[in-house]
Amino acid sequence: MSDHPFALAAPRGAVSQAPSGPEYIVDRGFRALAWFAAALILVLVAYIVWKIGGQAMPAIRDYHLDFLTGSSWNVQEKRFGILPAIWGTLYSSLLALTLGGFFGLTVAIFLTQGFLPARLAFLFRLIVEMLAAIPSVVFGLWGIFVVIPAIRPAANWLNETLGFIPFFGTSLSGPGLLPAAIVLAIMVLPTVAAISQDALNAVPYRTKEAAFGMGATKWEVILKVMVPTAAGGIFSAMVLGFGRALGETMALAMLIGNSNQLTLSLFAPAETLAALLASHFPEAGPVEVEALMYAALVLLAITLLVNIAGIGLLTITQRKISGKA
Amino acid sequence: MTDLAAQTGRVPPISGDTSTPDLAHSWSDGRAVANVLLTGGAWLIALLAAVPLVSVLYMLIVEGGSRLSLELLTDLPPAGFETGGGFGNAIVGTLVMVGIAAAISIPFGVLAAVYLSELGPDARLGRAARFLSKVLTGFPSILAGVFVYAVVVLAMGTYSALAGGIALSLLMLPTVILTAEEAMKMVPRKMKDAALGIGCTQTQMIWKVVLPTALPGIVTGVMLGVARVAGESAPLLFTALFSNYWLSRVSEPTASLSILIFNFSSMPFENQIQLAWAASLVLVLIVLVFNLLSRLLGRPKY
Repeated sequence: MSDHPFALAAPRGAVSQAPSGPEYIVDRGFRALAWFAAALILVLVAYIVWKIGGQAMPAIRDYHLDFLTGSSWNVQEKRFGILPAIWGTLYSSLLALTLGGFFGLTVAIFLTQGFLPARLAFLFRLIVEMLAAIPSVVFGLWGIFVVIPAIRPAANWLNETLGFIPFFGTSLSGPGLLPAAIVLAIMVLPTVAAISQDALNAVPYRTKEAAFGMGATKWEVILKVMVPTAAGGIFSAMVLGFGRALGETMALAMLIGNSNQLTLSLFAPAETLAALLASHFPEAGPVEVEALMYAALVLLAITLLVNIAGIGLLTITQRKISGKA
Repeated sequence: MTDLAAQTGRVPPISGDTSTPDLAHSWSDGRAVANVLLTGGAWLIALLAAVPLVSVLYMLIVEGGSRLSLELLTDLPPAGFETGGGFGNAIVGTLVMVGIAAAISIPFGVLAAVYLSELGPDARLGRAARFLSKVLTGFPSILAGVFVYAVVVLAMGTYSALAGGIALSLLMLPTVILTAEEAMKMVPRKMKDAALGIGCTQTQMIWKVVLPTALPGIVTGVMLGVARVAGESAPLLFTALFSNYWLSRVSEPTASLSILIFNFSSMPFENQIQLAWAASLVLVLIVLVFNLLSRLLGRPKY
C-alpha cells in the first residue's frame, strides 16, 4: 500500500488513515451498484414503453389509426375502436379537474393564508392528507352506495326540466359520468391542494407584507399578489392533478358504467381507457388482449406526456422562485 | 410662510390633505364587503371539502363496523348464496404481496437515492433518473399491471402473488427513491465533510454517517410507499387475480383485500356487500396504520 496516493499525507498509525485496499474495492463496488440502481430507473421506463409497445404491435399493424377513431368494441367481429374511451377519459378528467382543482386551490389558500390558527390548520391538513390515503376501491364502493343515490334525484330532475340541454340529455339510472367525475374530483383534490400549498408557501413573505403595507385587503393580497406569483406552481398542480385523473382506474371502473358510447350527457354511462383495461383484460382472449395492449399504449402516451409537462413546469417555476440558475 | 420658517427654524407643514385616512372597517366600502364574502366562501368550500372524508369514514364504521368479528379474519370468502364467511386469505395475500413489493423496492430505491443524493446529484444520469422517478409517481397503476402481465405473467404462464408483488413494487419505487433522497439531502454537509476529512471513503461516509442519520426519513418514505401500495387494486387485477383459498405458494393466484372489495361490490347479495364494507374498513385501517407509522418514525433528528 506504500504506493497509495494518500500514503504520504496520512502515514500508518495516524488518527486518520488512507483507505486500505479492500476498502477501496468495496467503495468502488458500492458506488457502481448505486450507479446501476439509478440507471435502472431509466432502463425500467424504457423497458415499460418498449414492452407495452411491443405487445401492442400486432394490433397496431391490424387496426392502424382506425383504432383511435373507431367507436365499436366487438370481439366477435374483431372490430375495436377506443374513441369513446379516449373521449370519456378526457371528459371525466376535465370535469374532475374543474371541480377538484377549484376546491383544491381554495383549500390550499385557506390553509396557507392565515385563516386558521396553526393547530387547526395542522388538523385540516391531516384531513386532506387522509383523503389521499383512502384506497381507490373504497372510494368506488362509497360512490356506488352513497354518491349515486345522493345525486340521482337532482340529476333526474335536471333531466326532466332541462333535458333539451345535451349535458342533461339522459336520466341517471345508476353508474354514469357525473358520479365518476365527482369521486374523481375528490381523489384529485389532495394532489392539487398539496402542490398548490407548496407553491403558495414559496412566495417570499416580503411580497405579501408589501401588498398589505399598501393597504390591500386580505383577499386583494391573495387574488392579486399571492395567486399570480404562485401561478406557475398552481398551474403545474393542475396539470399533475389532471395526470392523476387520467390514469385513475378502480373507482372509475366501478362508477362510470363501462358503456362504449360517445356522449355529452353527464348522466349517461361512459368508458375511460383505464376502466376499459380493468373491465375487459381479466376475461380477454388473445385477440382482445392485443387490442387492449394498444389501448394501454395510448393511455401510457397520454399520461407520460401530461406528467412530463407538469413536472417540467414545476421544476422550472421552482427554479425561478428560489432564484437558482 | 418661508419667512416664518426662516425665523423660527421650523419646517413648514405639509400642504394638501393631511387628515388621517379612515382605517376603520366600513360596510359601505365595497372592498371590505367583498373581503368578508370571500372569506365566508372559503370557509364554506373548505368545510365542504371535508365532507367526503367524514362520509367515507362514517360509512366504513357503520356498515363495516357492524360486521366486524373474529371470523372475518379466519374464514374464507363465501360463495353466492352462503351466509357468513370472512376474508382471512385476502388479508394474508395483501400483506404478502406488499411484503414482496417492499423487499424489491427498498434496496433498489435506497441505492438509487444514494446515487441521486450523494454520488451524482448533478450528473446527467442523476438528473434524468430524478426526473423519471417524478414522472413515475404519476404512472397509472393499471399500466403497472399491464406491464407485469406482459413480462411476468406471460413468462410464468400463471397469475401469481409474485407477479402482484412485482407490479406493486413498480408503484412503490418512486416514493421510496424521492423521499429517501430528500432525507439524505437533509443530512448536514458538515457531517459528510467531516467523515471524508478523516479519510473515509465515500462508501464509508454513506454507511456510517448519511444512512444512519437519514434513517427516520427513509423509513417515512418506505411507510408512505407501503401505505400507497397496500390499497392498490388495479395492478393486481390481472397479475395476482383472486383466489378463494388460503395462500400456499407465491406462484399461485392470490387473493387481496382490494380485489375482494371490487368483486363483491358488484354482487347482488347482501352478505357480500356487507363483507365488502368490512374489508374496506380493514384495508383503510391497514393503510392508516402505515401512514401513522410514517409520521411517528419519521421525525427528523436534525
